[in-house]
Amino acid sequence: MEALLALLFGVLLGVAVWLMLARSLPRVVLGLLMLGNAANLAILASGRVLGTVPPLIERGASAVAPGAANPLPQALVLTAIVIAFGLMAYILVLTWAAYSAYGTTDAEALREAEPPGLPAPSPEAAAAAEPAPEGAEARDDLRRAA
Amino acid sequence: MRTDWLIALPILIPLLACALSAALWGRARAQRVVTFVAAAALLLASAALVAATLEHGVIASQMGDWPAPFGITLVSDLLAAAMVAITALMYAATAVYAQAEDVERREAEGWHPLLAALVFGVCGAFLTGDLFNLYVWFEVMLIAAFGMLVLGGGREQLDAGVKYAVLNLLATTVFLIGVGMLYGLTGTLNLADLARRVPEVGNDGAVGAVAFLLLAGFGAKAAVFPLFFWLPAAYHTAAAPVAAIFAAMLTKVGVYAIIRVFSLVFVGSSEWIPWVLGGVAAATMVTGVLGAAAHWDIRRILSFHIISQIGYMLVGIAIATPLALAGAVLYIVHHIVVKANLFLVAGAMRRTGGSFALAHLGGLWRRDPWLGILFAVPALSLAGLPPLSGFWGKLVVIQSGLEGGAAWLAAVALAVSLLTLYSMLKIWMEAFWKEPPAGEAPPDLGGTTRLLMLGPVVALALVTLTIGLWTEPFAALALAAGEQLAGREAYIAAVLGGGAP
Repeated sequence: MEALLALLFGVLLGVAVWLMLARSLPRVVLGLLMLGNAANLAILASGRVLGTVPPLIERGASAVAPGAANPLPQALVLTAIVIAFGLMAYILVLTWAAYSAYGTTDAEALREAEPPGLPAPSPEAAAAAEPAPEGAEARDDLRRAA
Repeated sequence: MRTDWLIALPILIPLLACALSAALWGRARAQRVVTFVAAAALLLASAALVAATLEHGVIASQMGDWPAPFGITLVSDLLAAAMVAITALMYAATAVYAQAEDVERREAEGWHPLLAALVFGVCGAFLTGDLFNLYVWFEVMLIAAFGMLVLGGGREQLDAGVKYAVLNLLATTVFLIGVGMLYGLTGTLNLADLARRVPEVGNDGAVGAVAFLLLAGFGAKAAVFPLFFWLPAAYHTAAAPVAAIFAAMLTKVGVYAIIRVFSLVFVGSSEWIPWVLGGVAAATMVTGVLGAAAHWDIRRILSFHIISQIGYMLVGIAIATPLALAGAVLYIVHHIVVKANLFLVAGAMRRTGGSFALAHLGGLWRRDPWLGILFAVPALSLAGLPPLSGFWGKLVVIQSGLEGGAAWLAAVALAVSLLTLYSMLKIWMEAFWKEPPAGEAPPDLGGTTRLLMLGPVVALALVTLTIGLWTEPFAALALAAGEQLAGREAYIAAVLGGGAP
């Protein structure tokens, strides 16, 4: 069983990396989801998946029997799943907002925070390479306020 | 009992502030009161925590009285306490500064609860004594940071937000895989317990792999050399107060995690660790400073300098003698104050000059000499000129490099200092000394706005000057913290209570 889980972990990890190398943002998001699940499997596998001994202390004993299943990783995985769920919801909304603003899900189109002309050899060239609208608008707003 | 409360308070105060200000959504005045009261309370609580840590040594607290390896442990040593105190200072400074400009719109989008949530996550990450909890605190911090980064919702910010979110989530997932593997190897995630168990594992390859996964996860958070790309893609798009608290705290939590895990758990477990850390430190210093030298926008320059400075902290961790760790601690404290201050001054320069682009700035010295002086203090401190705080940080790091047999790292650190000075002078020449550009300039910074913007800047500049001119108590604290980190027994004994299992 552990070997099967390890194999599944590897497959999920490979698929995740393949998806995240794509230019399309929804694929990247799916890749992150896969990677999160791979991580959850890794934690789950660390707590003996097919332990035949339940983690209960026998009457008169002071510790669980050797080879008992370990319930802690399952608690950890639950926490990790909930966190990953919240973050994934946020990233989906963010991707949607980026799609609404740019009209495409191609990651190559997202070039406003790091425009193609930078770094530039002179301050003037650098200022010209910055995306015009927001910077210039803000400047005009300040001047109008004066 | 009293120390239990002292350790829990820096986590409870921002949590309460976050909940209260979220409940008061839309009532900006009440939210402001909550934020300012919380910042003041956090300052007091963290000062008490530092005092208690100085008095008792490492203090630990078991939540719900579950004994150490089983329950949730909070630990405060000198490093953690100092970091919490500096976080409180940053909380107060950014909360005041944020009132100066654009405040209504930001508050309507949830500035107060998000800021409190970020501080909540940061304080939790500093105080936790458990690796899985560290992961949870990272995520708390991350979700607040995601929200703060896109406050305002411009196109540029959405672009930055996507890259920031994807790369940071990737880093925490790598960290989580490392946590799972480590649990499989040792059966514990309590840091003090791990420090005892990891040497007994006997599977050097697996331990090395886990160490590498954790280093990659934390390194991406700290923006070290091959994993820093999210930082210059994102930080310059955020509003000035947001950029200031990000620049101050977020990468430093990654550095803190590297220090904690590699000085406590993986000491001497793999031969490659000091070499990889040293190489990464040198590459981080050099790429960061070269990136800064190539740019002509104040925020982009400052963002790249964050990366370069992270390298100095890693030098301390790579050498890992008590003196080197003390240097790293002193450097982190100095850097947080200076870096946040530079981003705050940059916001004031934009307000006065109308732009962040150096081409559109000029003549600021003639218009507002005080602004020039307030820029010069953190800028020269960043470059490491005596008698400012950066000089002492660099001195200790470089001295430990020479004593610890890593002279090449010390040489790189010195060369990078010169280049740092170059980009600070670049900003100075272009923004303050150049003739002002043609066209109508924005109004002078005056009235309440001036007070709210420059008040926090003056306060942080005074902290920089105090560390620089009255170094002794800070250096003593850093040296004690370095001793505590290098001699791990105090930490382990405080958590696990002597020899009892």
